[in-house]
Amino acid sequence: MTDALLEMRSITKEFPGVRALTDVNLAVQRGEIHAICGENGAGKSTLMKVLSGVHPHGSYRGSIVYDGSEVAFRDIRQSEAAGIVIIHQELALIPELSIAENIFLGNENARTGVIDWNATHHRAMGLLARVGLHENPLTPVKHLGIGKQQLVEIAKALGKDVRLLILDEPTAALNDDDSQHLLALLKELQDRGITSIMISHKLNEIEQIADRITILRDGRTIETLDVTRGDVDEDRIIRGMVGRDLEHRFPDHVSHVGEVLLEVEDWTVMHPQDHARTVIDKANLTVRAGEIVGIAGLMGAGRTELARSIFGHSYGSRIEGTLRLEGKALALKSVADAIGAGLAYVSEDRKSLGLNLLDDIKASISSAKLSKVVSGLTVDEHKEVVVAEGYRKSLNIKATSVATNVRKLSGGNQQKVVLSKWMFTDPKVLILDEPTRGIDVGAKFEIYGIIQQLADQGCGVVVISSELPELIGLCDRIYTLAEGRITHEFSRADASQEALMRHMTTTTR
Amino acid sequence: MNSLRRVLGSNVRQYGMVLALAAIVLFFQYRTDGVLLKPLNVSNLLTQNSYILILAIGMVMVIISRHIDLSVGSVAAFVGAVAAIMMTKWDVPWFLAVVLCLALGALIGAWHGFWVAYVGIPAFIVTLASMLIFRGLTLTVLNGETVADLPKNFEAMGNGFLPEVGPDTGLHNLTMLIGAAVSLLVVWIEFRRRASATRYSFDVAPRPLFLAKVVLEVAVIMYFVYVLAQYRGLPVVAVILFALVGLYTFLMSRTVVGRQIYAVGGNVDAATMSGVRTRRIDFLVLTNMGMLAALAGMVFAARLTAANPKAGQNFELDAIAAAFIGGAAVTGGVGTVVGAIIGGFVMGVLNNGMSLLGVGIDWQQTIKGLVLLAAVAFDVWNKKRTAVGGGAGVEATAEVAPPPPPELEQAVSVSEARSSV
Repeated sequence: MTDALLEMRSITKEFPGVRALTDVNLAVQRGEIHAICGENGAGKSTLMKVLSGVHPHGSYRGSIVYDGSEVAFRDIRQSEAAGIVIIHQELALIPELSIAENIFLGNENARTGVIDWNATHHRAMGLLARVGLHENPLTPVKHLGIGKQQLVEIAKALGKDVRLLILDEPTAALNDDDSQHLLALLKELQDRGITSIMISHKLNEIEQIADRITILRDGRTIETLDVTRGDVDEDRIIRGMVGRDLEHRFPDHVSHVGEVLLEVEDWTVMHPQDHARTVIDKANLTVRAGEIVGIAGLMGAGRTELARSIFGHSYGSRIEGTLRLEGKALALKSVADAIGAGLAYVSEDRKSLGLNLLDDIKASISSAKLSKVVSGLTVDEHKEVVVAEGYRKSLNIKATSVATNVRKLSGGNQQKVVLSKWMFTDPKVLILDEPTRGIDVGAKFEIYGIIQQLADQGCGVVVISSELPELIGLCDRIYTLAEGRITHEFSRADASQEALMRHMTTTTR
Repeated sequence: MNSLRRVLGSNVRQYGMVLALAAIVLFFQYRTDGVLLKPLNVSNLLTQNSYILILAIGMVMVIISRHIDLSVGSVAAFVGAVAAIMMTKWDVPWFLAVVLCLALGALIGAWHGFWVAYVGIPAFIVTLASMLIFRGLTLTVLNGETVADLPKNFEAMGNGFLPEVGPDTGLHNLTMLIGAAVSLLVVWIEFRRRASATRYSFDVAPRPLFLAKVVLEVAVIMYFVYVLAQYRGLPVVAVILFALVGLYTFLMSRTVVGRQIYAVGGNVDAATMSGVRTRRIDFLVLTNMGMLAALAGMVFAARLTAANPKAGQNFELDAIAAAFIGGAAVTGGVGTVVGAIIGGFVMGVLNNGMSLLGVGIDWQQTIKGLVLLAAVAFDVWNKKRTAVGGGAGVEATAEVAPPPPPELEQAVSVSEARSSV
């Protein structure tokens, strides 16, 4: 198999003052699934933007040979005409339009500007059948779940006669079922001769589906691994990505568990709009000082809902049950009450709930407890800088200064800013919702260290995560949650991925 | 020099606006053979634009908190009408009437706030409704007629000047004294901030640069009051306006409420999850806008010495334009009070200068529209220029780029720059 469909040769791409890619080489064989791995900021997305013409020819150095001839794409239109279609991490579908309209958006079945709706629907049905999505093409996209929307994106690509399909983190937002379905579909497309490039953080998926893997680090090609040879596993890929052996993916830690801090009893929460729908059903849990407690649950099990309803009733309606902190009953009516009582919640979605992307680092860190940097009537900006500098150093936030806008930080560093923000509120109990989602391996390790340090300082930590190895590696106890109920409680010693998964999928009534 | 460039770089928008205003002023000063900056004309510039500038202060706050208020012109007219009727028909003392009418304005604003913050109707709709409602009510309370014969003290709010005191020096003494006092205040604030920065052992701007900046600030203030003192001194409305600018700049840049307004505008969900009572902030911002609209309405009535059913038309558009020219973002979270004032002056000087040159009202409208578009286009272009490529590649750069040694310098100079404008 030496038949290359695509060869990118010594690609160098510079942004003002910064070099994002240095002499990157990528060779993709005809008909293979080629994965690109690398930490956040390694240059994966930039490379794909060079390929698809988002960064036009002339703005980079190096050459791209596609299907035997050198190409110079000036925009996406030209690359799509050549059969290269990129599906971005954030889906580019229009919620109010129908599936069929979305599939042919920008590629309408039209004659002299007038759309032939019958042809559109007919062709849409054919494409939907190819991706295994059994929906009426007239259905508005907003009525579809995220997994099905992803399939519509692929149908849209097929509608453009795609030959090289590029997927940027296609399963990041999908649950396991939808992910498996998508991966199977990619395999199927491969059988029909469509070559794919897949960028992903989920190494198990890559291992499962990819033929070859190219690893990028700091804007350079590190190596290309051949999975079909059979000696590539997750640790091998991680080694290439971080450039060091991660013998222990979790820092060594022994918890010193103290008194009971937080007690949640018979916690019942209804859906915020549909008051008859039970989202959390009589949940009971405790968190002790210095303890790291995990909550495992599939998407839709109510993990985030449980956390947010505890955190000052910021989710749900008709909340019942008792909440005690250090033995005293709490009546929290708002997020401000919860912060005042000593609770903190690091949200799952950094960009929409955790940060104001217009702010700089220092303003972000002080934002949940401004009162601590107020002197008299005013916010003491100098004190704020000192506080932020402290966190920048202790948490190793990589930025030129605390006046750097948080938008410019990588995911891992943004997450450290959010952690700082909540550490600054002096929480007694800190709830972390997917604290390492979308974060590269190196930063994950650091964040685990920070979590353990917080526990050592006597904080009760709750970690919600979809990654079971993360929970098992980090937590002293793990609760499983299924359909809004706590189904089991594991000690660290009893917890295995299989056992956890069993209790995450069955509800004991 | 490096730090200076960084300060300028990080505030291109703000400085760009000041430079644009200066350029416009110089242009008209030249074309009108110096009439533009004659003491009488400067005085007129202030009083003619005062009500729009008062509205712009409230409007930029509304825009920062990601809303809009289309009703301010109608509300201003309505409150002006009510004030006139109170004072002429009901014999309410002028001072009490002003206080009551400010409260009425706040009540109207609270009405908007209720619908926007607690019911969840977009401010555009709520205030569009109010634009019609209060225009109608203005016609109703005035019976479609103009109400004149307002108390002299009330009229002074719109066209009066500070009283003469002391010996005849050929200048307006009180105005010069106030200028001196404000200069001292500025010097004190500057030195205090520098001392505080030094106490935290931050890098500060080199001493000569710092002194040059303070001297420049004092020179600008003193020249301004000197010009005014050659005519009849500070207009009363200018005192009101500058007090409001100072107060609201302080509120927005230095207090917790100000921070929370920016937070709500920047990302309302993140603000909610950080413990900000976001509905209350929305409510307060719109209530405040109502109160400032009331003040603007009264100042306008005082200036015309009458309440008029047609008063306040298009005020909302001028105020909104001022805020956007001054750097506010449609999406919220961005903008400054000082920026809005500068934006208001850009429009005001254009109006005034073109009138002096005898440019017709038709062309004036066209040119102002183009200026608004150009200002926002510049903003968008500038954002694109500074945003580099975007995406993960750029994120990486922050990490791999070697950190410049004076790590705190930027932080301090930015915060200094922000507080000194």
